[in-house]
Amino acid sequence: MNRIKAKLKEDKKLLSIYFTAGYPNINDTVSIIKDLEKNGVDMIEIGLPFSDPLADGPTIQDSSTQALKNGMTTEVLFNQLKDIRKTVDIPLIIMGYFNPMFQYGVEAFCKTCKEIGIDGLIIPDLPVDVYHEEYQAIFEKFGLINVFLITPQTSDERIRFIDSISNGFIYMVSSASTTGAQSGFGDEQTAYFERIAKMNLKNPQIIGFGISNNDTFTQATKYAKGAIIGSAFVKHVTNEGITSISKFVKNILK
Amino acid sequence: MNYNVNEKGYYGEFGGAFIPEMLYPNVEELRQKYLKVMAEPEFQKEFNQLLKDYVGRPSPLYFAKRLSEKYNTKIYLKREDLNHTGAHKINNTIGQILMAKRLGKTRIIAETGAGQHGVATATVCALMGMECIVYMGEIDIARQAPNVARMKMLGAKVVPALSGSRTLKDATNEAIRDWINNPVNTHYIIGSAIGPHPYPDMVTRFQAVVSDEIKWQLKEQTGNENPDYLVACIGGGSNAAGTYYHYLHNPDVKLIAVEAAGLGVDSGESAATSVLGKEGIIHGCKTLLMQTKDGQITEPYSISAGLDYPGVGPMHAHLAKTGRAEFMAITDDDAMNAGLELCKLEGIIPAIETSHALAIFEQKTFKPDDVVVVSLSGRGDKDLQNYIEYFKI
Ligand SMILES: Cc1ncc(COP(=O)(O)O)c(C=O)c1O
Repeated sequence: MNRIKAKLKEDKKLLSIYFTAGYPNINDTVSIIKDLEKNGVDMIEIGLPFSDPLADGPTIQDSSTQALKNGMTTEVLFNQLKDIRKTVDIPLIIMGYFNPMFQYGVEAFCKTCKEIGIDGLIIPDLPVDVYHEEYQAIFEKFGLINVFLITPQTSDERIRFIDSISNGFIYMVSSASTTGAQSGFGDEQTAYFERIAKMNLKNPQIIGFGISNNDTFTQATKYAKGAIIGSAFVKHVTNEGITSISKFVKNILK
Repeated sequence: MNYNVNEKGYYGEFGGAFIPEMLYPNVEELRQKYLKVMAEPEFQKEFNQLLKDYVGRPSPLYFAKRLSEKYNTKIYLKREDLNHTGAHKINNTIGQILMAKRLGKTRIIAETGAGQHGVATATVCALMGMECIVYMGEIDIARQAPNVARMKMLGAKVVPALSGSRTLKDATNEAIRDWINNPVNTHYIIGSAIGPHPYPDMVTRFQAVVSDEIKWQLKEQTGNENPDYLVACIGGGSNAAGTYYHYLHNPDVKLIAVEAAGLGVDSGESAATSVLGKEGIIHGCKTLLMQTKDGQITEPYSISAGLDYPGVGPMHAHLAKTGRAEFMAITDDDAMNAGLELCKLEGIIPAIETSHALAIFEQKTFKPDDVVVVSLSGRGDKDLQNYIEYFKI
C-alpha cells in the first residue's frame, strides 16, 4: 500500500513538515529528512524550489531563492534522494510548482519519483481540472498520490469534485492566504473547519498554512486528521540551523 | 486556423488557467461572466461613452509624411499616445473597472512595469471612487519616477516588489499574492494580454477598439480598410492584440510583432521571448517563456520597463508558433535612436516601448506603396529622464 494511505489509517493525529530542499545548504536535504523522522514527524513535504512561488509568503520565497542560489535543481534533488528509502520509512511528498515538472517531463518526473520511493505530489498551480484531463493517468500508472488544496472560498460542489478525484488526503488551506501569513485561528476559521468536517468526505483532511506551534496544531487537529507546518519550520531552520530540529518538533507535539 | 481563444481558454496549445485553488473562485466567476457582462447594452453604452468623453477616442490615425518619405513607404501611426493618461493601457482599465463594479468588487489591485498601466488603473479607480493598490518592481519605480508620482497623486498606493529581478514579473507575482490574500472584495486588473484565461481574451477584447477604429479610419483615408502590415511592440502583448484583433483572420494583412532584444538577443540581457523562450507556465498561463532548462523563470532585460517581461501573451505565442505574425527583436540602442528620429521627423516623442516598433524600418524594407500601420502605443513623457541620460541632452 502507498505509504501515505497506510499512515492515514493510523489511529493518531498526523504532523507533517514542509522544508525547502537545498536550504539552508545545498546538501542538507537528507539529514533534515532523517532528523524529522527520528523526532516523530509523520510525513514530510520536500519543497522543490521555484523562482516564482506564487502561493508562498516571504519566508518560503526567500528560502526558495536561496536554495536556487545554492544550486538546487530537479536533477540534484532526485540524486540526493536516490537512496532515501534505505533509511527512511515515513511518507515523502514532493511539493513544487508545475513548470519545473513540466520541463522535466511529467511522465519522466513521476517515473523518477516512483523509483526513488516518493509517495505523492502537491502542485499548487496544477488545477484539479487540468490534472484530471491530462495527467491523472500518468500519476496513477506510477502509484503517486496527487494532493489538492481547498480553501474557505471553495464551494461545496467543487470540494465534492476534488474529493472524488483525490486518493489520499485533502490539503485544507486554513484561510485565504499565501503560506505563512496567519498568526492564529479565529471564529471564521473554526466555522470553516467545522463545515468541512461535517461534509463527511471520503478523503481525510490535513490542515496547512498558518500552523506554527502546539496551540495551532492542537486546534487544527481537533477538526482534521493532521496538520502541516511549513513557514514556521523554515524560519526555525533559518534562525537556529538544522541541528535543533528535535527542539522544534518537541514544541509542537508537547 | 483559429487565432481567437477557444472554449477551453486556449490559443492552439497556449493559454489555459494554471492557478492555485485559492484563485479559482475569482477566476471562475470572471470566466463565467465576462462575455455576458460585456454583451450587455448598458455595459457597452457606458464603456463607449467613457472611451469617447473621458479617454478621447477615437484616437487619430495619422499619416506620417516625413517618416514615410525617409523609408520610402506609407506609414500610418495609430495615436494611442493621445489617449488620456498617454497610452493604450486605459482602454483596458476602463473596461475592467466597469467589469469589477458589476462583479461587486470594491478594491482594485494591479501590477505595472512602465507605470502606464498603473497610472491608467489609478485613474479609473479615482474616477469610480475605488481603493487602488499598484505593485511595481523596485527597479521600475526608479526608472519610471514620473509615473510613480502620478499614481500617488491619483490616490493609489504604490507597493514596491522587492523579489527576483524587481521588475514587471515580480510585480505581477506580488499582485497575484495580494489577490490570494484578498479573494472576496478585490478585483485584479491585469494590464496586458497575459494571465489565466479569461484575462488574455478579456484584455484583447477591451483593446480591440484600436483595430476597430483603424478599419474605418484607413478606409476613410485610403479607400481600403486593409493595410499591408500592422506593427506593434510586445511586452505581454495588449497593444498588439488590440491592433491585430479585427485583422487576425485576414491573410492579406501581415502582422509584425516587435520584441525587446535588450543588449542583443544572444547577449544574455534580453527580453526577446519568441526567440529565447520555450513552452512553459508563467502567471497562470501556458505560453512561451524564458527559462532555464530546469524550468526556473529567468530574468529578462530591456531598457524599456514595459517590455521587460520573460513571457508573452498566449495569443502571441500562438501567432509566433503558427507563423501568422512575424516576430522581430530590436535592441535598446536601435529603439532609442528610432524614438529620437520620430521626435525630429514628426514632432512626436514616443514611449520607449513604442520606439521598438518604430525601429523596424531600419531593418526591414517595405515597398513604396505598402501601407504600414504602426501602433503608437504611448507617449514618451514618462521616459524623458531615460532619453536625457541616453542622449546626454
Ligand atoms: C506605451 C507602452 N507600450 C507598450 C507596452 C507593452 O505592453 P503591451 O505589450 O501589453 O502592449 C507598455 C507597457 O507598459 C507601454 O506602456
